[in-house]
Amino acid sequence: MSNYLERGYLEREDLPPFPPEERLTSGKPVAYIECVQPIPCSPCYESCRFDAIQMDNINDPPKLDYEKCTGCMACIRVCPGLAIFMLQIKDGKGYVTIQYEFLPWLQKGDRVKLYNRKGEEVGEGTVTWALNPERNDRTQLVTIEMNKDLIYEVRAVRKR
Amino acid sequence: MRLESHPIVDFKRGKEVTIYFNGKPVKAYEGESVAAALYAAGVRVFSRSFRFHRPRGFFCAIGKCSQCMMEVNGVPNVRTCKIYVKDGMQIRTQNSIPDAENDALAIFDKIIDTVFPHGSHYKKFNRSAKLRELATKQMRKLAGFGNPPKSVPDVDAEYEVIETDVAVIGGGPGGMSAAIHAGKYGARVIVMDENPFLGGQLVKQTHRFFGSAKERAGTRGIKIAKILEEELLSYDNVEVRKETKVFGVYGNEVAAVEKDRKLLRIKAKKIVIATGAYERTLIFENNDLPGVYGAGGVQTLMNVYGIKPGERGLIIGSGNVGLILTYQLLQAGVDVAAIVEAMPRVGGYFVHAAKVRRLGVPIYTRHTIVRAVGNKKVEGAVVAQLDDRWQPVPGTEKKFDVDFICVAVGLSPAHELLYHVKAQMKFVPELGGLVPLRTRYNETSVEGIYVAGDVAGIEEATAAIMEGRIAGLHAAMSLGYGGEDVKKELEEAVKDIEAFRAGPFGERICHGLEKCTLEKEVSL
Repeated sequence: MSNYLERGYLEREDLPPFPPEERLTSGKPVAYIECVQPIPCSPCYESCRFDAIQMDNINDPPKLDYEKCTGCMACIRVCPGLAIFMLQIKDGKGYVTIQYEFLPWLQKGDRVKLYNRKGEEVGEGTVTWALNPERNDRTQLVTIEMNKDLIYEVRAVRKR
Repeated sequence: MRLESHPIVDFKRGKEVTIYFNGKPVKAYEGESVAAALYAAGVRVFSRSFRFHRPRGFFCAIGKCSQCMMEVNGVPNVRTCKIYVKDGMQIRTQNSIPDAENDALAIFDKIIDTVFPHGSHYKKFNRSAKLRELATKQMRKLAGFGNPPKSVPDVDAEYEVIETDVAVIGGGPGGMSAAIHAGKYGARVIVMDENPFLGGQLVKQTHRFFGSAKERAGTRGIKIAKILEEELLSYDNVEVRKETKVFGVYGNEVAAVEKDRKLLRIKAKKIVIATGAYERTLIFENNDLPGVYGAGGVQTLMNVYGIKPGERGLIIGSGNVGLILTYQLLQAGVDVAAIVEAMPRVGGYFVHAAKVRRLGVPIYTRHTIVRAVGNKKVEGAVVAQLDDRWQPVPGTEKKFDVDFICVAVGLSPAHELLYHVKAQMKFVPELGGLVPLRTRYNETSVEGIYVAGDVAGIEEATAAIMEGRIAGLHAAMSLGYGGEDVKKELEEAVKDIEAFRAGPFGERICHGLEKCTLEKEVSL
């Protein structure tokens, strides 16, 4: 077994395969699920209307079919583990959508610091879209524009 | 110290009132517990330990630990975390001269170790019973238990006899779910809870819950409490008594006190005990210093009353409670220095660990806390690495400057009432301690007494809701309610909980349950 539980974060070899480049640049974001441990949880599976998420039983970690995923964001809205991210590459820029639950709430145009899975600062980005937190039971969804290589790395943001 | 804004919770504070702490006025808001109001005002020393007169702060904040006991309006030994502020309330610390903050008898703490090392009172003065009695008497005098009131309070007490089908003790997720599912099929139900609110510990769970959509996964605990309460109140045959403390179960009768003055005698055909659990503590140097809190205590302070526990904390234990609490502290703007875990890996769900790790909180596995540092309150903590035999490795000590330490090392079932009914108990480590033997339908060895939630074994709220459902359905069914429908739902409920526990996190629970399941099969 991998030792991600000793570290508290995933390394490259623990992660599910990344979505193919064509899908990332197809014009719609694609979900990326970093939920590798079997735990009794299934709201993402139940929220997906396109059968893109596969689960054999409630304890099975979700598997995502990138071809079926339409980028509708139903799963990221409900994920209690904040483990789903929407990824996209557009005009040579990378975009990551994450669940954000801190004050102050983020707004379009805000500059934010970017952090990787270990909590190390890896750069800066700009908020290009922010859902009103009231519309998703106070879990704000925010899309951050960044260097396109960082979309596999950045998993948290903080306002500067 | 009071939070004005929070990403998830809106704190609705009541009218401003003034309470008096050792004669000094303290500002508070209606709806706050006395302990919370004092904490917000900067009070850290709530009491003094009986024997050594060491300073003590609160620990659990849910009325179980007795470290916050004070004299309130002349009545001694009141748990201040369970009593709510009223204008003009007089609160005094007890067992100390002149007060708990500056106790003259604290001198014993300094000199006593040279004469009577810690624990020696178990060995000294034991030669003869007479000598022991004499020594105990003198020690008690020094220790003290507060001063009894000088006159009998002049208030009217009422008495009420209630007859019902099902009595549910505890209004948390397990109890509410039991009441809902018994009430749904027509049984008359009464639910009692010692708090002025329903929901048990759900009221401080601001995070979204795991599970399946049927168990309302993806919904915040605080919302689940509201949803359950609304459903419960929608049944006319379900009665709710808040601020009602059950103090005994005698056969099929439940004895309780409502709002501190009304005695209730409930004659019930079935009783569901859903009393929850206590927080465990950990042994390390200075673990009684104010600033060493149970994880739940900090959650109560922060998420129920909107009071910051401190500026920077250290979390001991990386189970789900420790991980979730860390995230909640960050949300409230409190810094977390680190999470310390004695096991070689994170105990809770990995996704919770990932959530705090990417926000920069380090997790030290194979580490433990060695001591808390500080005089009258926590000023730091020393942590060391553990070797394969769980011994601290010399030279690996790290010091953290923190002003509070959260102990999140698990819970134990609150099982007192089960002894009242003489239920057969068993020590099952997988379930957190002493638990009752029970059938697959959660009936204990005593007919008509059911258990649900943490009192039956430590799991979490979703499992408590499922267990409550099973207990409630079976109670209603055995009273003849519901016919075929209730049988069908009961079978489904048992299947649901089995599926829920089928994963690796349920393995330990299932292993524990094997040891305490009664083979008394009840025909459906």
